[in-house]
Amino acid sequence: MTDTLLLSMEHISKRFPGVQALDDVSFEVVPGEVHALVGENGAGKSTLMKILTGALPRDSGGVRWLGAPVEIDTPGQALALGISMIHQELALIPVLDVGQNIFLGREPARGRLGLVDWDGLYLAAEAQLARVGLEVDARTRVEELSIAQRQMVEIAKALSFESRLIVMDEPTSSLTEREVETLFALIRSLKAQGVSVVFISHRLEEVFQVADRVTVLRDGRHIATAPLGELSVPAVVRMMVGREVAQVSAGAPILDGQVVLEVRGLSRGRTVRDVSLKLHQGEILGMFGLVGSGRTDLARALFGVDPIERGEVWIDGRRARIDSPRRAIAQGLGFVPEDRKAQGLFLNMAVGQNVTIAALGDLARLDFIDFARMRRLAQEYVERLDIRTPGLGQRVRNLSGGNQQKTVIARWLTLHPKVLILDEPTRGIDVGAKAEIHALMRALAREGVAVLMISSELPEIMAVSDRIVVMREGRVVGELSRAEASQDRIMFYATGGADGHGAAARPQ
Amino acid sequence: MGMGRLPGLSRSRFGFVVRALARQGPYATREAPTTNQSRHLPGLSNVLRRASGLVILLVLWIGLAFLSPRFLTPTNLLTVALQISILAIVAIGQTFTILTAGIDLSVGSIGALAGSIAAGLVVRHGVPALPAMATALLLGMALGGISGLLIVRGNMPPFVATLAMLAVGRGLTLVYTEGYPIAGLPADFTNWGTASLGPIPVPVIVLLVVLAAAHFALRHTRFGLHVYAVGGGEETTRLAGVSTNRVKLVVYAISGFTAALGGVLLTARLWSAQPNAQLGFELDAIAAPVLGGTSLFGGVGSVAGTLIGALIMGTLGNGLNLLEVPSYYQQVVKGLVFILAVAIDLVTKRKR
Repeated sequence: MTDTLLLSMEHISKRFPGVQALDDVSFEVVPGEVHALVGENGAGKSTLMKILTGALPRDSGGVRWLGAPVEIDTPGQALALGISMIHQELALIPVLDVGQNIFLGREPARGRLGLVDWDGLYLAAEAQLARVGLEVDARTRVEELSIAQRQMVEIAKALSFESRLIVMDEPTSSLTEREVETLFALIRSLKAQGVSVVFISHRLEEVFQVADRVTVLRDGRHIATAPLGELSVPAVVRMMVGREVAQVSAGAPILDGQVVLEVRGLSRGRTVRDVSLKLHQGEILGMFGLVGSGRTDLARALFGVDPIERGEVWIDGRRARIDSPRRAIAQGLGFVPEDRKAQGLFLNMAVGQNVTIAALGDLARLDFIDFARMRRLAQEYVERLDIRTPGLGQRVRNLSGGNQQKTVIARWLTLHPKVLILDEPTRGIDVGAKAEIHALMRALAREGVAVLMISSELPEIMAVSDRIVVMREGRVVGELSRAEASQDRIMFYATGGADGHGAAARPQ
Repeated sequence: MGMGRLPGLSRSRFGFVVRALARQGPYATREAPTTNQSRHLPGLSNVLRRASGLVILLVLWIGLAFLSPRFLTPTNLLTVALQISILAIVAIGQTFTILTAGIDLSVGSIGALAGSIAAGLVVRHGVPALPAMATALLLGMALGGISGLLIVRGNMPPFVATLAMLAVGRGLTLVYTEGYPIAGLPADFTNWGTASLGPIPVPVIVLLVVLAAAHFALRHTRFGLHVYAVGGGEETTRLAGVSTNRVKLVVYAISGFTAALGGVLLTARLWSAQPNAQLGFELDAIAAPVLGGTSLFGGVGSVAGTLIGALIMGTLGNGLNLLEVPSYYQQVVKGLVFILAVAIDLVTKRKR
């Protein structure tokens, strides 16, 4: 058996201050295998992969590559062995072109001066692009490519190192359904070439679609490794969370709730066109659409981030002028942005500071902060939202994704908003925390907050929303009640019904 | 909650927000999200970036040709070329640091020090002109290298390291010259600033050589590609196995070298080394690349653009002189033009 193994990581342990990140974890990959690695955030997936790719040292345990013990201390050593990692945040340089990115640091040179052999470089780059089936000119700047194309370039780059093992960290998180299909086709062709893939994903449907085996981690421990043929999605979820995940029950929606927010004929650029919708007190309105359908742009315009060009916004029956986030907040709006790390959080500041920073106006007299009140307020919301943190002074950077998102939501709640807009509130958040966020949205709605939830995940939209609107090409093209909604009907609206590729609809 | 130590800042709401902003990193607030709109217009930002300098230059030339009959004469154009040659040389070196998303504020001081040392070696110690000048150039390169070391090994922001070097360089100049000009240079020194080969002044020829060498280095060598790569994504470049520290060290050495070359040529042109030479020169030397389309965010730009930028700065000075605008106002105009250049940089950055 051992001589057929490509990689075996044996009894790996790793301790960080205050937490045992990995506890005696073993993991193996055979040649030509797609091996899924799943677990909640904080389960130890990325720590294990960082140890494999030389980004972190291990405390104990050993690594064997093709049966022989190896020490991998730097990313360079991992590459030299044939191990590449494709990160969620793609690591390409936007201002350089495709060929320059693929061969960065390994440019073919001529003569003694180190002159770059440009012709040779682009020729070699095109050969690598052909291997992944990407039809772009190797002289195209990366910034002009789509996310999916950039990912292909990353894979081409990995292949150019003659990698035998490629680790893909959440590779589908920003791809459309059709792009996911292309990626999966590529993964299958890599497999046929004998290349192995470690596939990390929160999307279990995709894991079942593409992977041969799965390894489940939980709390830094190895729970199971098994062929996927023997498992089902609920079974894997059980192993990941160690408990049954409760489905959110929709509360009885307050259908006769007052209209809190009304949008009339709102337009902005090409991305938001003549949008009208109503949002009621106490309801969760789910908003679905494909990539580029304008959902995020609508949210940004509503919140005053990007100026509204035409149309009206009415709040509580009064015409509202919203030309800045400051104004939007004053009118009772809150916005949890899609990219919580860059736009939602102060990663290096404490949890308590993150929660209270928006409410400073109420906590300060003559611009001097009443720190006792500030701590009480922070403590109140940390308890209310069950934010799991060692203390108010913990840096938000060190919290899990779910608890980070709860911190952003807590900040808005300190302002008692009438309307809360959440853009992809559970992206990249593990299954257990996802259910908690859903329950939290429901609780807010019950308290009378009007919730607008933008999501790309149909099951989430279906499970949480009282009412669903569908956007396509900047317009609202459909509205469905909870009773009317089905995956098929939502997709029908989202794809324009004429496309014939209903399945091509899983956006972003 | 770990609050800062300054009582005023730590207790006030203002201080709280200041820290929140500061912790988002220097460029965080400038990262605008890519909108769908910009995806429909690929290349427009590049066109704007590349063309804006040329357009400004043409507008200036056409305007000045109308306003002053003396502007478009061969003599005056050669004067402009001579006037900008030193600026262009220094700005070309500066372009390397800006391409790595860095900056070199010390170019004026290093130029003054190099000019003084070269003149002093000749006048005070009887060293022949060429070895004296070469020594001054090596000194400039070494000082640039020290800035680079502070940035690479000391982890200092380029702004801080080169600001310190600005003070050190100027101070050393004053120490060495005791505050007085060093005059009495022989012809084989001053010829470098005042002589001509045919109709073309020697500094212009030096500029063309520097320009060609810099263009070649950036476009045809691995080092040049790595300069762009560091500016476009330093961490990615480092992980690709490139010694980003070496790249950064070298760009500051290059900037120090061209700064010294500019200072020596100026000394030759003025027949003497002035302790206060090139005071405030960093503004011109940074404005020229930026006017020429080199992004302060790094990774984008060219030395050909820098030449255009230097021509804009030089034409502006020349034109204002022809129009008899007092020199105090010229400073104001330069500052405003620099703001315009940075504004263009920001707008095109947002588009990408």
